Amino acid sequence: MKMTGARIVIESLIKENVKVVFGYPGGAIMNVYDELYKQNKFKHILAKHEQGAVHMADGYARATGDVGVAFVTSGPGITNAVTGIATAYTDSIPLVVISGQVPTTAIGTDAFQEVDAVGITRPITKHNFLVKDVKDLAYIIKEAFYLARSGRPGPVHIDIPKDVTVALAKFEYPEKIELKTYKPTYKGNKRAIKRAVEAIKKAKRPVFYIGGGSVLSGASDIIREIVKFTKIPSVETLMARGVLRHDCPYLLGMVGMHGTFAANMAMNDADLIISLGARFDDRVTGKLDEFAKNAEIVHIDIDPSQIGKVVETKYPIVGDVKLVLEEMMPLLFDGINPDRYKEWRDVLNRYQELYPLKYADSDEVIKPQWVIEKTGQLVPENAIITTDVGQHQMWAAQFYPFTYPRQLITSGGLGTMGFGFPAALGAKEGAKDRVVINFTGDGSIMMNIQETLVGYKYNLPVINIILNNNYLGMVRQWQSMFYEDRLSETDLSDVQPDFVKLAESMGGVGYRVSKKEEFEKALKDAMEAKKVAFIDVQVDRREDVLPMVPPNSPLKNMLVFKEDK
Amino acid sequence: MKRVISVIVENEHGVLARVVNMFAARGYNITSLTVAPIPNSEFSRMTIMSEGDPKVFEQIVKQLYKLIPVYKVIESDDFIEKEMAMVKFPLKEVKDNLADIDAIARCYNGKISNVNDKHVVVSVVDRPDRIDNFLKAMMSKYKNSEIVRSGVSVIER
Repeated sequence: MKMTGARIVIESLIKENVKVVFGYPGGAIMNVYDELYKQNKFKHILAKHEQGAVHMADGYARATGDVGVAFVTSGPGITNAVTGIATAYTDSIPLVVISGQVPTTAIGTDAFQEVDAVGITRPITKHNFLVKDVKDLAYIIKEAFYLARSGRPGPVHIDIPKDVTVALAKFEYPEKIELKTYKPTYKGNKRAIKRAVEAIKKAKRPVFYIGGGSVLSGASDIIREIVKFTKIPSVETLMARGVLRHDCPYLLGMVGMHGTFAANMAMNDADLIISLGARFDDRVTGKLDEFAKNAEIVHIDIDPSQIGKVVETKYPIVGDVKLVLEEMMPLLFDGINPDRYKEWRDVLNRYQELYPLKYADSDEVIKPQWVIEKTGQLVPENAIITTDVGQHQMWAAQFYPFTYPRQLITSGGLGTMGFGFPAALGAKEGAKDRVVINFTGDGSIMMNIQETLVGYKYNLPVINIILNNNYLGMVRQWQSMFYEDRLSETDLSDVQPDFVKLAESMGGVGYRVSKKEEFEKALKDAMEAKKVAFIDVQVDRREDVLPMVPPNSPLKNMLVFKEDK
Repeated sequence: MKRVISVIVENEHGVLARVVNMFAARGYNITSLTVAPIPNSEFSRMTIMSEGDPKVFEQIVKQLYKLIPVYKVIESDDFIEKEMAMVKFPLKEVKDNLADIDAIARCYNGKISNVNDKHVVVSVVDRPDRIDNFLKAMMSKYKNSEIVRSGVSVIER
């Protein structure tokens, strides 16, 4: 039986077992929405802005591990989606974004709502397709899902001209897909693994440097087992928070610009850095010439282009972190002596004692770090935490007691303000039984606040905790530190919304908190309310994120706390 | 350092743009580029001459492999390299030296390809460095010439 391209899209998504699509209709994608209307196998969540839709699909993908799916129309539909796609791309999140396009006959004529969509998304997708013939459509959708979730995951964009959605073809969904030009390496080379194991056994000061790839490959359990057995000190990147439990005795905390002193000194002083799905980002390495001068590098990554890109790598292993570690573990456990690293652990623990992560709490003003810690005490251990971008993001990464991978959902690579709230809605859709908290700032929350209506309409009661300092805080901090306190366009105190009324006007519930004792009540109430909540917490305006590696400084030159200087 | 790589890609919509975009986005140079389909296959062959240190080349190759339609990247120190160049002279500049031009062109696997009442066109096919020499010789001797180079094509020995 022949069916239309639009119907093929719907049937293909059903074959892929898609449960929810986030999107926004428009002219060029109307036929697909018409077929969506006629089916009841999966649901559609209508965002208020295409950027919101893609962030929701992204949050859903990060929370569940499934592929997130979004529909948008041509022209402004796809350009609005661009930030969402780029966010997913830099954090390797599997998405399939399907956009409408003007009819093939109109392509290139500057038609109404025409843009070169595949031209725009090419550098921010793992791959993209312009479907020119309905006969290719089913295969392309299959390929898109396969590409999105395999190897190093990422977003895939399919652009479908309107005439292709009405053209007829036989629907044959391929069972399996085999691409001549794309064969990711999952299993590590045995010899390389053996050599790396020998290097670890011989090292005096090794450190596990755990990155987002560990989360994507589901390697948390095995990493916990290896760290527990070998007692090798470990650091996590922002993207890897929760791979180890926060109370793991060998976890030194987050590494990098706002990492702990001990974690950064571990990288600085190590003689062997074992990178597990991390990519030596500039926010981690600090000044590159001075980075890990005495260390050899073991680099395990599924993406060969990451290996040797930033640092010279003596022990490269291309493969899936989990599969490689499964091979490594028996070799490593055979004859390794954890006491060998005791002296090294003692040194690092001493650093941890000298410069622990801390803040000067106060009874007069609310410290943002206190809010994060308090939240950690009040919400269930399995709560999902999303963040926007800025100071609150770093405080959440530093002070929240993470217990499992995928618990923290944050825009790490691209640093997209406005990500947190829609991502929280998507995560809630994927994990209805869990409390979802979005830590945000008074800057970030305004960037996608329209999605409050989505939370109301689809009953996705996420809780936004606004650490409100009336500043674009992170930029303000840099201005104070490096621009002689010239606060150019970062003071937001002149106009602030009434978040309580704002929430209420869109079916949510709002709280304004300016005293510590009000916070606990507000959060408990919000969890009971089962509505989208905004807790507007008035925090200490001038609090800085510390410790800090100043830009272009070596990791060891950290700015620590005032009283430590 | 100049180096030539050969990239075998699936012959599909937008593949050239993907390759060229990657070079542009990551700040790599393309000195020359030739593309043509490989007969009796679904592939095309791109020959790219680029500049950079070995580390940059390592990244270029890895980033090329990361593009989904890239089948194979061939790096070799043992390529046969050929390039074509055509030079057009105003007839009045060279009309007394046609024999000389033809003799030089023959040294570079070439000849005079066309002569009409206004212009003389010489074409040669040779290694890129020899093409450089040929063009230098021509430009130093004759004025107002117009030059077209094809970019390098290579095949492994």
